[in-house]
Amino acid sequence: MEIVIEAEGIRKRYGDHEALRGVDLSVPAGTLLGLLGPNGAGKTTTVRVLATLLEADEGRASVAGYDVRTQPREVRRRIGLTGQYAALDERLTGRENLQLIGVLHRLGRRGAKTRADVLLDRLDLGQVAARPVKTYSGGTRRRLDLAASLIADPKVLFLDEPTTGLDPTSRLILWDMIREQLAAGVTVLMTTQYLEEADQLADRIAVIDGGRVIADGTSDELKAKVGGERLEVTVQDDAAIPAAVTALREVTAMEPAVERNGRVLSVSLRDQLKTVAEAASALDAAQVRPIGFAVRRPSLDDVFLALTGGTTGKEG
Amino acid sequence: MELVSDVSALFGRHMRHLARIPEKLLSVTLMPVAYVIVFGVLFGSAISVPGSDYRSYLMAGIFTQMMLTNVGNTALGVAGDLDNGVVDRFRSLPMSRSAVLIGRTLSDVALAVIACVAMAVVGYLIGWRVHQGIPKAIAGFGILLLLGYAMSWLGALIGLLARSAEAVNSIAFMLVMPLTFLSNAFIPLDGLPGWLRLLCEWNPVSAVVAACRELFGNTSTGTGKSALPVQYPIPLSLALIALLLAIVVPAAVGAYRKAAAR
Ligand SMILES: Nc1ncnc2c1ncn2[C@@H]1O[C@H](COP(=O)(O)OP(=O)(O)OP(=O)(O)O)[C@@H](O)[C@H]1O
Ligand SMILES: [Mg+2]
Repeated sequence: MEIVIEAEGIRKRYGDHEALRGVDLSVPAGTLLGLLGPNGAGKTTTVRVLATLLEADEGRASVAGYDVRTQPREVRRRIGLTGQYAALDERLTGRENLQLIGVLHRLGRRGAKTRADVLLDRLDLGQVAARPVKTYSGGTRRRLDLAASLIADPKVLFLDEPTTGLDPTSRLILWDMIREQLAAGVTVLMTTQYLEEADQLADRIAVIDGGRVIADGTSDELKAKVGGERLEVTVQDDAAIPAAVTALREVTAMEPAVERNGRVLSVSLRDQLKTVAEAASALDAAQVRPIGFAVRRPSLDDVFLALTGGTTGKEG
Repeated sequence: MELVSDVSALFGRHMRHLARIPEKLLSVTLMPVAYVIVFGVLFGSAISVPGSDYRSYLMAGIFTQMMLTNVGNTALGVAGDLDNGVVDRFRSLPMSRSAVLIGRTLSDVALAVIACVAMAVVGYLIGWRVHQGIPKAIAGFGILLLLGYAMSWLGALIGLLARSAEAVNSIAFMLVMPLTFLSNAFIPLDGLPGWLRLLCEWNPVSAVVAACRELFGNTSTGTGKSALPVQYPIPLSLALIALLLAIVVPAAVGAYRKAAAR
């Protein structure tokens, strides 16, 4: 498959702080790569390098077949960027902002106007289009910013936390827009803090921490990495814990993990149905009456916390 | 051609700002008018210079001072765009690299034109006249606007390096104050001690002011020998402005690349 976004060994330092220490990425045409990572991991820096806003110190990257360092103009013709913070002219109206960007994208005055109207309509911005952006709410601003990045029908879209600060309705509108773009063959690199968003939209996910990609794969692959399904047993009082631990140990031949004030025990499941049945009868025989008994798949949150060691805010 | 279309789009953006930012509109109408009234009427009535009335003599100085305020205007605009991410947006577009600064400086010169018209009208009302004919007067305004253009580029450079409005304001002030007052804008230089006089005469602002006085026919009949820029103010003011542009334009374009890549 054709690789549309490719990065190899990207390094970037700010003073003596190394923001990126060799980032490798590759995104096939028409797919969405979700870039996950704690605050300060280097997500924005990666996006800025790929969108030609920032020159990397080392490594090479190409977007839509053009090198970001040597052919930035060609790259810019083919990309749309929605940065982490809305980049709009506050004094101009929404429509004027879009038209200006359209003209600068060389759509021509008439072309820019038509395209702006289409996007205002699609993103449900019709009512506010004639007001200066400075009167917009945060969510409206973000939607306009997204419209701005779509103005020239880009082949490649960079979205840096596109739904941060949006209410659930706006988020759904945006997700639909992104899915539409993917269906039309656009390649997307999206950073997000919402793991559910990555789960929903991403074909593949790359987890970045400390300026390095520490894991990548599909959402299911990543979940499998932190372990398979687990049986979780919640008991009512501390007195029941020893009996429950013994019962589960006998059934699974493994030491159960004890969490959350000791009331939740869990063991990983290999032979799902059989183990669940045996555990149920063993607990019953030991006269433990669990208040919770459930099979849980790891969520992307578990993956994230396991991979990044639960650390956030490595800045400063 | 692409550069022209980019610049004209950005020019349109700045003209829209003029209508929407009241401070900006005031700074090109009310402020220059206040300058003329304060300096022209107040000072102009109190002091006299040989060979001309001080009020007419002052006008070239007031026009020139107004051109110097472009340093601060442009610097603030550029720093603001950097701050709110507009520059990032522009940098992700396939536009000509220098279009952003050219559009900004040209529109600030357009504002200077408005200011000049306002000042000339008020000047006329308080008795200022040109005595060398309209074409020469227009040439004088041409030199003024060239200075304004160079000052805008200088402002762009400062805005890109300083980035914050506070820093921009104090740098612009520290630069413009000595340029204005260590010149012949408001006083004839004949009476100054030798070294100070030399310094003031080589100040490019003095050359521009002297050139305008010559072209407007508002010169005083000062005595004593003067340094080159004041003796041949028209060619030398043009040369000094060209020199300034030759230094500042590439520096600002370079700073734009670096500043936006942070
Ligand atoms: N202009 C800059 N000057 C100095 N350090 C910077 C600059 N930009 C980013 N950094 C540092 O580089 C690191 C990576 O920053 P980056 O913005 O890429 O993180 P991020 O993953 O986008 O974080 P967040 O989730 O908070 O947006 C951080 O430690 C940050 O402090
Ligand atoms: Mg970020």
